[in-house]
Amino acid sequence: MNALWFDIAHLLAAGVLVLSLMLLYQDRITAVINVFALQAVVLSLSVGWQSVVQGAPHLLATAFIALVAKGIVIPTALHRIVRKLDVHREVERVVSGGPTMLAGLGLIALSILLVQPVVETADPVAREDFAFALAVVLLGLLLMITRRNAVTQVVGFMSLENGLVLAATGAKGMPLVVEVSVAFSVLIAFIVFGVFVFRIRERFDTVDVNVLDRFRGERREHL
Amino acid sequence: MALTVDTALAVGLALQLLQITLVVAIAPLIMGLTRKVRARLLRRRGPPLLQPYLDLWKLFHKEAVVADNASWVYRRAPYVIFAATWVAAGLVPTYATGLLFSWSADLIAVVALLGTARFALALAGMDVGTAFGGLGSSREMMIASLAEPAMLLIAFAVALIAGTTQLSAIAALFATGDVGVRVSLGLALLALIIVGIAENARIPVDNPATHLELTMVHEAMILEYSGRHLAMIEAAAQVKLVLYFSLVACLFAPFGMAAGDKSWAALALGLATWLAKLLVFAVLLPIAETTVAKMRVFRYPAFLGSAFAAAALAVFLRFVSRGF
Repeated sequence: MNALWFDIAHLLAAGVLVLSLMLLYQDRITAVINVFALQAVVLSLSVGWQSVVQGAPHLLATAFIALVAKGIVIPTALHRIVRKLDVHREVERVVSGGPTMLAGLGLIALSILLVQPVVETADPVAREDFAFALAVVLLGLLLMITRRNAVTQVVGFMSLENGLVLAATGAKGMPLVVEVSVAFSVLIAFIVFGVFVFRIRERFDTVDVNVLDRFRGERREHL
Repeated sequence: MALTVDTALAVGLALQLLQITLVVAIAPLIMGLTRKVRARLLRRRGPPLLQPYLDLWKLFHKEAVVADNASWVYRRAPYVIFAATWVAAGLVPTYATGLLFSWSADLIAVVALLGTARFALALAGMDVGTAFGGLGSSREMMIASLAEPAMLLIAFAVALIAGTTQLSAIAALFATGDVGVRVSLGLALLALIIVGIAENARIPVDNPATHLELTMVHEAMILEYSGRHLAMIEAAAQVKLVLYFSLVACLFAPFGMAAGDKSWAALALGLATWLAKLLVFAVLLPIAETTVAKMRVFRYPAFLGSAFAAAALAVFLRFVSRGF
């Protein structure tokens, strides 16, 4: 196979990673959801390209699932939730933008350093994809812990799952059954999240998860 | 071609001088094109393409009004700004690699020359002691302190791939296609576009067409200038735009440039592709500008920080993993 093909595969995988960083950077919830949808589209492109490069047609199904579920269905549903609940349109951060970006860069460096020796023996394509995938997963976690809004946390979780799909396609021989079940469980998780967000909103008139601390009796001072 | 040393030197000098002249000669046209495209996108007719030339002509023939308390810094600064920008623009490879002065066309040297021009501009802005000048200078320095680290990281990312910071050698290497599509290069391109937008005072960082006191940066510094001084600064801004276009072209789209042999056909091809690239960029820039809104001053650190992040990521990927 042509070396250029692998280069393009890398470029698409890196695009998913850069979009993860962009998720950290966004200030508005609608923008966060849009960037997430774009990430899913790039992810499905990347997976589709991998299926061509690896000659594995079942990856096309994975790409299709990613495109439909995370590129179209979930973003539309999230937009509806935001509109229906009339939540704050601005992202509420626990840590401000600059340090978050720096932490994100640190996580990327960490994941590259971590993956490098572990899979030294694997072929370079899989190794580099693993580094990207681990970074996407860690950035998804970072997005979840640095945001106070439940909707943004849902997006963080979903983008974490994007990283898992990226890792799965980089390695050869991931069975389709596993991918389908992962995609399905993510959809279930999304429904649970949706119900959860509605419940928080019903109970507290906000989707700011900080109020949960007070509810559990962990913090009493303000709010 | 069997040339004696003297004629080879003369040809080399002529080619280099052609590049140095061209970047200045074409700069107002490129600026006029961006303004025209922008106006058309906003459904206005816009000034004619050659309007920047006429503006410069007019300014050169007007009296230069200088404030009473202006020092020599104020009078000399426009020439320093123009000279530094022009030298930098003359060094960036445009239509051919390996020209006579290519050995000095170092990416870091270009950054340093632009930094010198910016330093002179900020000094001039503060010299007269008006409130706007100081405000513009302080904002310009804030942007510079964010953009220059990103620019240096871009230089490192490119240098790590090419093994040199010499622009001509980098362009010659990338033009062969041996390097291929690299993730680091993609990220460096992203960062360079953001830095270029900030450095050239384009939307969303600054709007060169406005004199609204809340938002202006570049215009605030040159508010007191008139006549030939203003003409020099305007020309420097136009040359700087061409410089960044040429930089993006030579680093990330170096196809068509005349390499080793300097035959007429290769040179003509290089010249034509360079002009075509400039035209494409001059159309793309206003399209990008009309799709975004000007951002608040307090948002600059986040915007330029993303350029820094992208460039840092490019260096990481290249430095840590040889495969990228």
